[in-house]
Amino acid sequence: MIRSLLLASAACALALPAAAETVAIVNARIEPVSSAAIPAGTLVIKDGKIAAVGANVAVPAGARVVDAKGGVVTPGLVAAASNLGASEVSGVRETRDDGTGNALSAAFDIAYAINPASTFIPLARDGGITSSAVTPVLSGIGGGASEHADDGVVEEMTAGKVGSGDPPLFGGQAAFIRLKAGAPDIVEASKLAVAVSLGESGARAVGGSRGADLVLIRSALEDARAFAARRAAYEQGATRDFGLSRLDLQALVPVVQGKTPLLIRVSRAADIRQALKLAADEKIRVILEGVEEGWMVAPEIAKAGVPVIVDPQADLPESFEALGARLDNAARLHAAGVTVAINGARDFNNLRQERLNAGLAVANGLPYAAGLAAVTLVPARIWGQDGKIGSLDVGKVADVVVWNGDPLETTSWPLNVFVGGVEQPKDSRQTQLRDRYAKSDDSGYPPAYR
Amino acid sequence: MIRWRNAALTASLLALGLSACATTSTPPKSATAAKPAEKVEAKPLPKGLDGQASTGFPSTYKPFPSRPTAFVGATVLTATGQQIEKGVVIASGGKIVAVGGPDTPIPADVVKVDATGKWITPGIIDVHSHLGVYPSPGVQARSDGNEATDPNTAQVWAEHSVWPQDPGFNRARAGGVTTLQILPGSANLFGGRSVTLKNVPSLTTQGMKFPDAPYGLKMACGENPKRVYGSKGRSPSTAMGNVYGYRKAWIEAADYARRWDDYRAKVQKGEKADAPKRDLQLETLAGVLKGDILVQNHCYRADEEATMIDIAKEFGYKVTAFHHAIESYKIAPLLAKEGVCSATWASWTGFKMESFDGIDANAALIWKAGACVVIHSDDPIITQRLNQEAAIAMTAGNKLGLGVTRAEAIKWITANSAKMIGIGDKTGSLEPGKAADIVVWSRDPFSVYAQAEKVYIDGALIYDRHDARFQPKSDFELGQPGQGAFN
Repeated sequence: MIRSLLLASAACALALPAAAETVAIVNARIEPVSSAAIPAGTLVIKDGKIAAVGANVAVPAGARVVDAKGGVVTPGLVAAASNLGASEVSGVRETRDDGTGNALSAAFDIAYAINPASTFIPLARDGGITSSAVTPVLSGIGGGASEHADDGVVEEMTAGKVGSGDPPLFGGQAAFIRLKAGAPDIVEASKLAVAVSLGESGARAVGGSRGADLVLIRSALEDARAFAARRAAYEQGATRDFGLSRLDLQALVPVVQGKTPLLIRVSRAADIRQALKLAADEKIRVILEGVEEGWMVAPEIAKAGVPVIVDPQADLPESFEALGARLDNAARLHAAGVTVAINGARDFNNLRQERLNAGLAVANGLPYAAGLAAVTLVPARIWGQDGKIGSLDVGKVADVVVWNGDPLETTSWPLNVFVGGVEQPKDSRQTQLRDRYAKSDDSGYPPAYR
Repeated sequence: MIRWRNAALTASLLALGLSACATTSTPPKSATAAKPAEKVEAKPLPKGLDGQASTGFPSTYKPFPSRPTAFVGATVLTATGQQIEKGVVIASGGKIVAVGGPDTPIPADVVKVDATGKWITPGIIDVHSHLGVYPSPGVQARSDGNEATDPNTAQVWAEHSVWPQDPGFNRARAGGVTTLQILPGSANLFGGRSVTLKNVPSLTTQGMKFPDAPYGLKMACGENPKRVYGSKGRSPSTAMGNVYGYRKAWIEAADYARRWDDYRAKVQKGEKADAPKRDLQLETLAGVLKGDILVQNHCYRADEEATMIDIAKEFGYKVTAFHHAIESYKIAPLLAKEGVCSATWASWTGFKMESFDGIDANAALIWKAGACVVIHSDDPIITQRLNQEAAIAMTAGNKLGLGVTRAEAIKWITANSAKMIGIGDKTGSLEPGKAADIVVWSRDPFSVYAQAEKVYIDGALIYDRHDARFQPKSDFELGQPGQGAFN
């Protein structure tokens, strides 16, 4: 009760965005992503959708005109994997809902944990991000890079019941959110994938070895098949014992049916091969995340038609499974024909880094168009949202960003952010802090009065 | 090294004072005859028992071979506030000898590097690095950054934990980093001594040590010490416990310094004196009180920074810099007045309670208030692109209309950084007489697309993006997947 009251008042405190209107963004370089850039064009938003894009598009009567002044218009950026809305302060356990304890495995559903009032949602929008996949981490052992060595004091502050037993085999189910200010529910889709780790963290989850991890994953998938085939018998207790609970088996059924992918976190080339073999043997869909040594097996990944989510900053032999990490991993994967999405920083609430990560990949050989697609259309496609968002095509939902320059460049920032055709407020907790202290004031009262 | 030089200076001043005293108050002969003071032969203490006489772990760094070189045609950011178009930078004997515009005379006998279209900056300095002490791969066996066994470990020295083969040094060098301050971690109130390194491949840490750089003392405010020790049921477990821990240590240090001063004064006078027993912990703290060792203080919150400044005043030392100073923008005028530097990230925020108020414009607001600001990494990834971190921080200021130029922002990762770790007279800017620590960038270093193409330390080429002969690999990387190549 108290919590919901707090949420309501927080929502009221922030300026609510204007209702959907007809907007014409003029004098812009338009990057539709799905087609070639338009050096000077107009984009029209109507009824929350993209109504027209092109060099010779007329401004509709009554439209609000946004002059981009030679800036760049892109689709809203898509975060390919994050903890946005499910984790506020990573070092404060009470604010972490991005992983489960050992009560649940595949069935853990992050969609229930999304807080639309997270103060980091406006901050992500300030980095041009308008939607995000929210993916669970394995509790107690991270999953993304969820440990921060703040001066070397390792903070193992992942969510869930850390230390209450072995972490579960599966991290749980991913969701997809759209960053609409003031919306009571921002979850666009849920149960989009089941997260699992191979390699070191996967091995740790099951007592130490990759050999155990893969055997148990395959066994779980086999159980899910048997469970799906003999559902009635299972409910009457007439099947053999399964390794996972009913809820976890249920969550894996769409995976074994090929409807929902496994999101596999994996680094080492040999483990990537195991992931590809798992997908082929089990006839399941997979998304690979991390893939630091992906460049070494790029043709195999391309041949399997498996998309990857990479962090282009990862160039350190940070672990014994990422000894081959390289700055041009994304470029090499792309050149081999792999579908590449680029991630921001999962930690430090720094999804704003995503576009700069794409820039870094471009600086290391990824074609510019592929870099832009890696933070828009590709992640939208990976998460099954490309029918609605991810590119500036007529009829798509108007998640649109107007930038004052190259969106992948350090010196640029978003001037206008539209979600579903509605221009979003520009302020955030961070801008409010900034503006409070940027003012000089000789009133004799402390900043709390500003 | 400054530490030893200062010690010598202190000793000679002491001697001067005493001799002055002797000339003005020569004791009457009768007094001497009555009871001669117990004169003893001033015998030096056995090796290792006198901190001032200790030779420590001296730098064995020798600059790599270099030739007099003129870099011609680049846009030069000098880090003295200038941006020179089509500039000329001339290095000779490991030093900068000339910096100027296109009409700068170029001696006939120097190697000319055509840098047309490129940008040149001083070598990047990372004032907050754990390379070597938390190396890659990050395994327990090499986790040497925090002696988390006592809240006060001022006695430990980071240089004794540095693994010079950390592949991270190579990555940082490719990002233009020529100098690093390696710090102990922040588990403790007093983490130990830092060490400043030249980012050159070396078999030993001594071979990387920046000659004559002062030591730093790593201190930590806030959540880490009280969490680490509170969870062990020990003090400190609260912020007030932290402050008690600092004050208690400074009292002991002041007493230790006094005992040594008394001893040395007696020895100078030729009186009999017992040397205090050397204590490595108190020796480092006393070094701070004497001004020889610089306080490098991990401290996120503005109110805690103000408390730390008061503690420094209580005991008569100076806080050189706050690191991770995410809230310095709230008290920037105070920091300007007290002359304390703030080192910060550009955009990390909210990963722990004490970082919840982190904002992108922190650096720019500190700069606007006239206080010293530095962009640091604390991270083996960010250290590779401090130029981009500075760009993000600069942009946040410009978004606010502060008009931060590249000529100013470059100081945040070079000149201010050098000053903050006590080597501002040696490197950090492109001025005649400074070390020829130089980066040639493919383009504007504040661009996401910029690459460090050539990196020089003391005039010697130490990294070349386009020449495999100048892309050193760590021993660890040989025979591994990727063979240490990362770009």
